[in-house]
Amino acid sequence: MTVTTALLQLEHVSIAPRKTPSRLLVNDVSFTIEAGKTTCVVGESGSGKSLTALSVMGLLSKQLQLSAGKVLFNDTEAGVQDLTLLDAESLRKIRGAKIAMIFQEPMTSLNPVLAVGYQIGESLTTHLGLKGDSLKIKIASLLEMVGIPPSRANSYPDELSGGQRQRVMIAMSIACEPRLLIADEPTTALDVTVQAQILKLLDTLKTRMNMGMLFITHDFGVVADIADNVVVMFRGEIVESGTKEQVLNNPQHPYTKALLECVPDADGKKPLKPIDYAWLPENQVAPQSELVML
Amino acid sequence: MSEARLTSSTNILEAKHLVKTYSQRSGKFGFGTTLVKALDDVSIILREGSTLAVVGESGSGKSTLARCLLQLQPLDSGEVLFAGQDLAKLDGVVLRSIRKNLQMVFQDPFASLNPRMRVGEIVGEGLLIHQIGNASEQRQKVVAMLKRVGLTEADMQKYPHEFSGGQRQRIGIARALVLKPKVVVCDEPVSALDVSIQAQILLLLKELQAEMALSYVFISHDLRVVRHIADDIVVMYQGKVVEQGSVVDIYQQPQHEYTRNLLAAIPGKKIVNASDV
Repeated sequence: MTVTTALLQLEHVSIAPRKTPSRLLVNDVSFTIEAGKTTCVVGESGSGKSLTALSVMGLLSKQLQLSAGKVLFNDTEAGVQDLTLLDAESLRKIRGAKIAMIFQEPMTSLNPVLAVGYQIGESLTTHLGLKGDSLKIKIASLLEMVGIPPSRANSYPDELSGGQRQRVMIAMSIACEPRLLIADEPTTALDVTVQAQILKLLDTLKTRMNMGMLFITHDFGVVADIADNVVVMFRGEIVESGTKEQVLNNPQHPYTKALLECVPDADGKKPLKPIDYAWLPENQVAPQSELVML
Repeated sequence: MSEARLTSSTNILEAKHLVKTYSQRSGKFGFGTTLVKALDDVSIILREGSTLAVVGESGSGKSTLARCLLQLQPLDSGEVLFAGQDLAKLDGVVLRSIRKNLQMVFQDPFASLNPRMRVGEIVGEGLLIHQIGNASEQRQKVVAMLKRVGLTEADMQKYPHEFSGGQRQRIGIARALVLKPKVVVCDEPVSALDVSIQAQILLLLKELQAEMALSYVFISHDLRVVRHIADDIVVMYQGKVVEQGSVVDIYQQPQHEYTRNLLAAIPGKKIVNASDV
């Protein structure tokens, strides 16, 4: 399979509240994701990184609107489509099957009254029409792939640890072998040791299934472990983008530098430094509204 | 830096052989019970003016340790010595009067502040309970403390939801420190915050430690953070202390397999390595 165009291409995407269309929460964001590569979107809370991810899936809340821009998704069967123009029915066919998402909080994004095996199977039934034994076998193999004993398929979310729940989320998202995986801070709620396992798992799966991955995080430490390309967002705009090596080793924008500076190092050689906004023009240090966090 | 900080050899808080067991329902319909040892013969020593970090993954018993040190949960056995007294044996009234020396900063700044109290009331509540000063003195203390942690006098009239995560954690710190405690137990004070905000809060905690001669028990699962704030470390795993010692020793020569795993799990080692070359 030769990929001539990128798997996903965001072109000049802007997002604003419906009531105040002039207040752009995401302003003119463009980047691309290639198959088999991970693009990390980095920024503080309120920088619009989650909104950007939600807009790809067409999951923006009703108060918000995509005021400009295209989201071009290169589907192998249907060719290049602009996701923003699709109706709800065709979007539903893409969600879960071609593009899947992992959410930040494994506690709140799993249904507490359904067994995890059932929840993993839902999209398989919907999109691939699997039933009965073949469904069970597929669920078992998915659980195994993410490192959970297949016998746990009948467990409920509250019987699993935080790391296991996030693994279930991953199993759900990769069930239909999507072309693109969107991970919105998948490890922020987890312990460091579990985080390392999950990152490794995602990286292996990405390579094995040749998925493109859009990975959202606020931690440059995580970026160093998982990214191929990095996009740095600040207050709704992209301030810097490039390959991981470029951005981490040779950051150009003062915000990227400031953000890199405040990551504590494991050797304790680097003095702790709070985030520095001194480079901002006219010192607009007032933090942006937390509305953007959703 | 932490090496230069004055730490005396006096032990301000000492815990000896703490044991705490939880019973958990298990088996069919939860009819059976299994006992989970959250603390299994844990002993720690906090030196005056120093920071003792307790690290471990979730479920290792580190938060239970924090709560048991402050007697927020009863212990099964063991003693907690503060200023020569065993806290576990004190009755309610005496314990409460001693507690103003032992304060806590909680993990989740969104859940640990009463949403229906104004910030001034939240921070001043401890003064009210311990009947320190009259109303105007209490107000002055609250204002001074809020200013010290980087908030303003006007913030006293606001409610917690009007603040960002980092600011809320500052309120939590002000509430703990307004009583001028000797020991502060910080239970994952920065793990709910963005990396960019973490450094601000850590620096604030360090400055306040120097100014007010505080001793911290710092609970964390993030070894990057611990490296910057702690003098000594206790590594916990499944309710047991598997390793303890000074920060430098443990980071350079971890003895226990579990400590090595924790160190290996630190994200972004590649950044550090790249900038070293």
